[in-house]
Amino acid sequence: MPQASDPIANYLEHFSKFEKEISGESEIRKFRQDAVEEFKSFGFPTNKNEEWRFTNPSQISKIHFNHQLQKQISGEVKKQIDELAIKKFAQNRLVFVNGIFSNESSNTQFSPAIKISPVSETLHQSPESVIEIVKRPMIEGRNFFTSLNTAFMRNGAFISIPDNTTITDPIYLIFIASDDTTPFVMHPRNIISLGRNSEASIVEHYIGVSKNVYFTNVVSNIILNQGAKLEHTKIQTESVNAIHIGSTYFHQFESSKLHQNTIMIGGAIGRNNLISTLNSKNIECTFNGLSLSEGEQLLDNHTTIDHVMPNCESHELYKAILNGKSRGVFNGKIFVRKDAQKTDAKQTNRTLLLSDEATMDTKPQLEIFADDVKCTHGATIGYLDADAIFYLRSRGISENAARDMLTHAFANDIIGRISAEPVREYLNKIVHDKLNQRR
Amino acid sequence: MLEIKNLHASINGNKILNGINLSVRAGEIHAIMGPNGSGKSTLAHVLAGREVYNVTDGEILYNGKNLIEMPPEERAREGIFLAFQYPVEIPGVSNTYFLKAALNAIRKHQNLEPMDAVEFLSYIKKKMKLVEIDRDLLNRPVNEGFSGGEKKRNEIFQMAVLEPKLAILDETDSGLDIDALRIVADGVNKLRKPDNAAIVVTHYQRLLNYIVPDVVHVLWDGRIVKSGGKELALKLEDQGYDWVKDDTKNK
Repeated sequence: MPQASDPIANYLEHFSKFEKEISGESEIRKFRQDAVEEFKSFGFPTNKNEEWRFTNPSQISKIHFNHQLQKQISGEVKKQIDELAIKKFAQNRLVFVNGIFSNESSNTQFSPAIKISPVSETLHQSPESVIEIVKRPMIEGRNFFTSLNTAFMRNGAFISIPDNTTITDPIYLIFIASDDTTPFVMHPRNIISLGRNSEASIVEHYIGVSKNVYFTNVVSNIILNQGAKLEHTKIQTESVNAIHIGSTYFHQFESSKLHQNTIMIGGAIGRNNLISTLNSKNIECTFNGLSLSEGEQLLDNHTTIDHVMPNCESHELYKAILNGKSRGVFNGKIFVRKDAQKTDAKQTNRTLLLSDEATMDTKPQLEIFADDVKCTHGATIGYLDADAIFYLRSRGISENAARDMLTHAFANDIIGRISAEPVREYLNKIVHDKLNQRR
Repeated sequence: MLEIKNLHASINGNKILNGINLSVRAGEIHAIMGPNGSGKSTLAHVLAGREVYNVTDGEILYNGKNLIEMPPEERAREGIFLAFQYPVEIPGVSNTYFLKAALNAIRKHQNLEPMDAVEFLSYIKKKMKLVEIDRDLLNRPVNEGFSGGEKKRNEIFQMAVLEPKLAILDETDSGLDIDALRIVADGVNKLRKPDNAAIVVTHYQRLLNYIVPDVVHVLWDGRIVKSGGKELALKLEDQGYDWVKDDTKNK
């Protein structure tokens, strides 16, 4: 057994087993080995690392996670998917159960124009198309967990949308954790590319039903080529003991438009890294985020928007609602590189505290190296407005209903910005249920 | 309908009301006038149940019930309505959604079935005409980005929808131009019924040309120091408050 003091040994041991299983995939063997060297050199992060100051990952390092994924798709799991997933997207979904692609739960009536398959298949058939996207240089956001994911990547969705193609129905990726036997880790990797002037909507949904501790270590790489438009929504509703660490890397090219929504609700610890690199001119990048925490949850959002070239716009609005003794973190970086003149960047972070015991750390971080730019940022942390509560009560609305109405309105400011109506409906119901279950 | 006896109230330890006595019967309109800081708005908020004000002595009976012990929502359900001097902006909550929730909370209290969306829409259409409110304002978040006049008109619109027994208008005339003032006053007059009453708090006599009071009271230093008919308001407009203060001191 590896010592608890050497958390990496555990992962190395699993890697040597893993390597034997995947002996056929020679082209990416070197790639994986490089990733192992990389995560070894990073070392398991601790809260001495500035990026992990508020979320201490050392508690994760102490858990010995099983890497042997349990392929189980019982009737029970099917029922849970039907119950917990967005029903209106049932026709266009890829389902991964405990990290493994489930053909029987997936429904791939996608437009024949798109290439869509589990990454495991793509790695087998054309590993170069995976490597091409994954190896793209990352200036920002390289970290231990991404390298760990790269070493073990096998499951997840590979989506390639050709040039000039509009996909009207959202592509729905479901990751459901249902195994209750032992703490386990999965490393889903989604690799997505939108061709020139193509348009799509993609929803990643992480669902947990297992009561045990498990660890989702997900990475998504998403490329928006020239003129592409994407609405990407990540919904994290893991179960109460889950650990979710995710990094999503966008590369945007000329005149592309990204509308990203991140909704964090579940998990004991949820950490989301979101990075978009604006590599050419006239790009629009919108980040909207909503976190809803209670009990002793910790939900941490680290975002980076990297303005490399001129005339790009970014808009970022992150909101958090904290109840109980929960903790929240927002760290928003905006880089404006020296060539990125005429950048227009706006960042806002708003936190609503529903309890005196909840805490929020917020840290805007703007680094500007160009001189002709417009950059603003603002952060507020506060309670519900007493004047507004009294106003509603003075019209006959009960105090609880008034509080719920104001809290829901605060959340709806983010939910209302999501274009896909079924996602809005789904989230409104979740927020409503969350508010009700408090009583 | 309303019986205020020896009412004392304070905020953060500062005494604002120092023994108010006031009796309002169904069908009456009472005007409360007085200089700045005399306690007019405090009285209005205490009646609506604002918790930051501490009632230290006295009693308020409303249709025989002890009002002081009722939370604000229960007062509203029993028919008390405060038109705010500064209506609160509530981003993210649409006017119609808010009003439907309020109306149905009141209807539930009266053992009436809740109105569904269709019934509610046809109901408010009639009320909209009464205060000439723009349809567009209904779909917008409550008071958010409304002009001063729109906010005041929205207060009267809510009053029309909720049909209170006792309406308290807290300086509803402030910040209104003459046309808006007339529309608001017309709304109030149309809502007047033999079984309801209103307390109109105002600085100026102007509003009382449109909403004609049965009784005018002068509030000074947290007490009602003079009461009279509508001609009292004219005298105040003409001569200011100093003679009332002198009269009070000489007593």
